[in-house]
Amino acid sequence: MKRKILFALSSVLILLSFYMVLVFVPTEIDMGIVQRIFYYHVPLAWIAFLAFFVVFTGSIIYLAKRSTKWDNVASASAEIGLVFISLMLITGSIWAKPAWGVWWIWEPRLTTSLVLWFIYVAYFIVRGYVSGEERKARFGAVVGIIGFLNVPLVFLSVTLWRTQHPPLTIFSGGLEPPMLATLLVCLVAFNFLYFYLLSERSMMKNDERMLSQIKETIARRNA
Amino acid sequence: MKELRYAFTIASKDVLTEIRTREVLSSVVIFAVLVIIIFNFAFGSSEQAAGLVAPGILWVTFAFTGILSLNRSFIMEKEEDCIEGLMVAPLSREAVYLGKFFGNTFFILLIQLIVIPIFSLLFNISFFNLELVTITILATLGFASVGTLFAAMAVNTRARELVLPVLFFPVITPVLIAAVNASAQVLDGQSFGAISQWMGVMGAFDVIFIVASYLIFSFIIEE
Amino acid sequence: MINSIEVKSLCRNFGSFKALQDVSLVVKPGETLALFGHNGAGKTTLLKVMSTVMKPSSGSVEYGGRDIHKDSGIVRANLGVISHRSFLYSSLTAYDNLVFYSKLYGVVDREKRIKQLLSSLGLKARMYDKVGTYSRGMQQKLSIARALLHQPGIVLMDEPESGLDNKASESLWKLLSEEQRTVVFTHHNLEKGFAAADRVMILSRGKVFFAPDGKCSLAELQDAYSASLETA
Repeated sequence: MKRKILFALSSVLILLSFYMVLVFVPTEIDMGIVQRIFYYHVPLAWIAFLAFFVVFTGSIIYLAKRSTKWDNVASASAEIGLVFISLMLITGSIWAKPAWGVWWIWEPRLTTSLVLWFIYVAYFIVRGYVSGEERKARFGAVVGIIGFLNVPLVFLSVTLWRTQHPPLTIFSGGLEPPMLATLLVCLVAFNFLYFYLLSERSMMKNDERMLSQIKETIARRNA
Repeated sequence: MKELRYAFTIASKDVLTEIRTREVLSSVVIFAVLVIIIFNFAFGSSEQAAGLVAPGILWVTFAFTGILSLNRSFIMEKEEDCIEGLMVAPLSREAVYLGKFFGNTFFILLIQLIVIPIFSLLFNISFFNLELVTITILATLGFASVGTLFAAMAVNTRARELVLPVLFFPVITPVLIAAVNASAQVLDGQSFGAISQWMGVMGAFDVIFIVASYLIFSFIIEE
Repeated sequence: MINSIEVKSLCRNFGSFKALQDVSLVVKPGETLALFGHNGAGKTTLLKVMSTVMKPSSGSVEYGGRDIHKDSGIVRANLGVISHRSFLYSSLTAYDNLVFYSKLYGVVDREKRIKQLLSSLGLKARMYDKVGTYSRGMQQKLSIARALLHQPGIVLMDEPESGLDNKASESLWKLLSEEQRTVVFTHHNLEKGFAAADRVMILSRGKVFFAPDGKCSLAELQDAYSASLETA
């Protein structure tokens, strides 16, 4: 029931965000049409960081309690976070080309996101090369905790590194009210979407585990 | 205090193993020199080029050689399940971490002590001053802190040669950025005042990850 | 420290697999208990949990009333473990290995103790050779020396006699009996294990299958073991 409500809310809000981004919001004067990607880029980034924070807390709780449920939450959130941060990097790149003339710039936020992308890819590589459900969860939790602790330091070091170059300004003035409203709708929509995906995916992982348990029991009985 | 004594016992055992086999030093030093020479071919050896790329080459070399020596450190604990021998002895899991951490720090520093003179010779740059020694020590502590943790994890996976670098490189990004930039500034004739921010990044990394790894290590080795 | 062992309703799961289910046992001070069971019955898992290498999913283990996790330092100082693997560093010499472990255990008068153990196991002539050059049987002997360095009151052994000749087996049991020790061991051979033990126990599919209170006869043990194979 809860998931159905989440699903309905996120669908409606995502549809609304399409309307606002594509039709309702006025085009920004300096950057033109491509600036509209910003309304998705920012929520993608926010959700990715939220997702990794959930991996971090889920991992700590898993190690403390050793209950599979929390590993399901953490690993589901890592999957979603990885998808969102990939999309964030892609949209950032699409924006960078017309705005700054290059596909990629070593801007602190982008660079930090890239490093995070690698860390959470490593999270899945480690899980993939480990045998045993329980050890997978344990090792995943360690990467989930260490990886997140690293975020502020990566950001700080990249910022210091890049201040030797001219800083980049994204918006000279503030956001106009319609722009702000659009951004807020997108943010809220993505938040609902994230929690919907998280609950759906963790449930799925629970089911997967139960299925493999049943399979094992049957295999053992037939052996 | 007792834990520290156990840690030194373990670290000196690692040193003794190295004295008996000379496995790490012989292979790692050859590897390091090869990397330096190949970089030299790639970037040319004019004084100007050397000044620009030297810090980068140096730290990339250390990161790669660090991986070799870190991997080795837990392979020997795994071969005859010696890690279990340490786990049934009356010392805490944390003391085991500290012991391996001290051992790894020692080996990485030793490698640097051998590689830096060769490097200075080939690139005709003088590397020995207080600033560079401090940078090297701070960065090495950072490498060894998470490196020890990840090596303990990698040795329990099916692809340790892949898993360790995939985890290690993204996480040490802040240290690598700080070490390279600080060394470049020092080679440029600057002193402690100019590189204090980089020192801060490395110091913070060391403290955060020595403490975090110390606390989390038992979850990796204890099944 | 009283060398009694009390294992209370121990469970250990690996994901969905239940390696140990509600295993309880008591071993009195000075008693020797032999564990039998088919492959995958949970013998090694039980010994690993009892030696603090593995955490139980639930239940507890106490040695002389001390919990193995709460008082781990005191408990482990009085515990000797022999496993499938030797816990020895192959690139160090036998002597190096024993010195290292005796430092961890704080063995007093370690030179004397090391030499005494090595000569009673017949390894003294090769004490300065690297362990990597040892045969399987010699490594097993050295592993026994390693486990008994600190005169533990409680000894856990997983297949201690594998790779040992008759003479070495004899010296193992002789070394164990030089002081009053409580021993739990596994054995693949019913007759030999039975002969060495005061009491026996059979595990099957992670549960206690057969645990007579006192001494049972070898025939009873063999019957129970065949029955345990059928349910496996």
